[in-house]
Amino acid sequence: MSSVAKGTRRGVGAPNRAVSIRIVLGVFLIVYLIVLPSYFAESRYILRVITTASVLSFISLGVWLTFTIGRINIGQGAFALIGGYATAILSTKFGVSFWVCLPLSGLIAGLTGIIFGLGILRLKGVYFAMITLSLTEAVRLGFLSGGDFTGGAPGISNIPLPDELGLFGITLIPDFGKVDTHIAFYYLAAVLLILGLAVIWRISSSRLGWIFKSLQQDEELSRSVGINVARYRVMAYAICCFYGGIGGAFFTVSQQSIYPSVFGVLDSLFFILYCFLGGLAFVAGPIVGAFLLFILFELLHEFQQYQQLIYSLLMISIMLWLPNGLLSLRLPAAFWRSRNIRD
Amino acid sequence: MEQVIVNSLILGMNYALIALGLTLIFAIMNVLNFAHGQMYVLGGFITYYALQVLHLPFVVGLVASVVVLVLVGLLSERLLFRRAIRVSTREESTMLLAAGLALLLESLILLFFGEKQRGMPPIISGVYQVFGVYIPAGRAFVFAIALASLIGFVTFMQFTRPGRALRAIAQDKEVTALQGVNINRYGALGFGLGAGLTGLAGSLLATIFAVNSGLGTAVSIKAFIMVMLGGAGVVSGAIAGAFVLGFLESFGYAYMPGSVTYMLIFAGMIIFLVFRPQGIMGKPWG
Repeated sequence: MSSVAKGTRRGVGAPNRAVSIRIVLGVFLIVYLIVLPSYFAESRYILRVITTASVLSFISLGVWLTFTIGRINIGQGAFALIGGYATAILSTKFGVSFWVCLPLSGLIAGLTGIIFGLGILRLKGVYFAMITLSLTEAVRLGFLSGGDFTGGAPGISNIPLPDELGLFGITLIPDFGKVDTHIAFYYLAAVLLILGLAVIWRISSSRLGWIFKSLQQDEELSRSVGINVARYRVMAYAICCFYGGIGGAFFTVSQQSIYPSVFGVLDSLFFILYCFLGGLAFVAGPIVGAFLLFILFELLHEFQQYQQLIYSLLMISIMLWLPNGLLSLRLPAAFWRSRNIRD
Repeated sequence: MEQVIVNSLILGMNYALIALGLTLIFAIMNVLNFAHGQMYVLGGFITYYALQVLHLPFVVGLVASVVVLVLVGLLSERLLFRRAIRVSTREESTMLLAAGLALLLESLILLFFGEKQRGMPPIISGVYQVFGVYIPAGRAFVFAIALASLIGFVTFMQFTRPGRALRAIAQDKEVTALQGVNINRYGALGFGLGAGLTGLAGSLLATIFAVNSGLGTAVSIKAFIMVMLGGAGVVSGAIAGAFVLGFLESFGYAYMPGSVTYMLIFAGMIIFLVFRPQGIMGKPWG
């Protein structure tokens, strides 16, 4: 019955809804790209918080994609670390430009993801969760005991800032050392996030996205209709790892250093939490979750030693009272509206 | 060499208690208890507090650790997990709830007991010498208690009525409920028992290795390794996994740097699970 009501509502209101979504999106973009950076241009702390939240959202988008194939991925920290070290090693030891390092880090993380994924994606449910969690630890320990190549516990420092990127003598992106670094990183993060969201949104609304969703519901059934299950789940995992690698490379360059405990088990868990808080059913879920939780965490900074306590209580409350995410809150409203129409 | 074997046995016996607690909670409630390591740390700190601050005998500290942890387990099942399992549409949310509980316990431990590493003198002083191997009496004592608890637990699971009910729930929850078993009550019992076991292990191991508030995640990860190696939700598997890890860790630490040991253990485990995803004793799943 409700599906009938929904159908009529969509039939009548579809153009209106599309327009209003476009307006909301436009307002968001203007605020995000113009209002926020110009308003907070002087307060570097706030800019840095938004920048970090953007890249955390970007990394969580990858985790969200593995959720669509029905896997709980607690290994994203490992791939952020791999991407970070790739950038660090390439730029300090081989002098490669950041603009080459960035995509290369993503590719290296993605390739590693394919190699690991071929094996571990055979596991499901909690088992996959546990093994990816172990992977986070294993990769961290690997970098810790990597000797001179990875720099051991103190890691690698003095990583150069992004240099100028030009084409035929025209400067496309200025040298980060010569402009306001905070603003430059803010825009780099913003562009990454917008591109990342666009790609994930495109994937999830295409045929590929529906294949991923079918894997989540029943792998056997998907296989029986001719979907190459092993290939598609590795593909989803590799995209996720690519996002992790790019995010890790960003943090490495913006901090200008990397060490093995930058990304740990807790970070991997937080990426999942961001997705959950926003709501797993929505592409924008991880972004909403990451911004809210990360900014909240920074606000709790005043409480010093009680910061983690309050944060953990919030986390528990979310899981108890909002188990399906913040964006699911509008569902009851839609339900009431559809009932009114029927009346 | 013999020394290392003895150390592995002592370590494995205590790890078995941790792994059994985790596997029990997993089998009964289908919850992956991320807070397991923090519960272990809490058990260790309670014993430390009873012995070093209040100067009570060890037995009191041990019992206090177990009782407090059973209560923590019962409370978290009643107040948190029962509701989360009921309201959530996805099973992952209980896992994140457990992660939240882990953070909560960790920050509470930090607030109450501070961030210092806390050790204590061995419970019994002296050293036994058996076949040319030196066994400190304190470690032998810990081994004996852990062994006795392990035998007690297995006996409870195999030969008593509540134990049978718990095993039945682990096999099939719905059919067990149809036979008139109160699932909620036994879920609480399983959670309390699992938490109590890890509290016991924390209390015992705190007398050998020191405890500190940041140890929790590492212990949880070790518990996951054991459960995965042995097969999740299987009692014999948890014990097997614990001894395998105990041996690997003791031998690795004896001949290699610590971080390399664990990296190799992780790598070996991942390769092992690719070929045998159900672990040593576990049943294959769909």
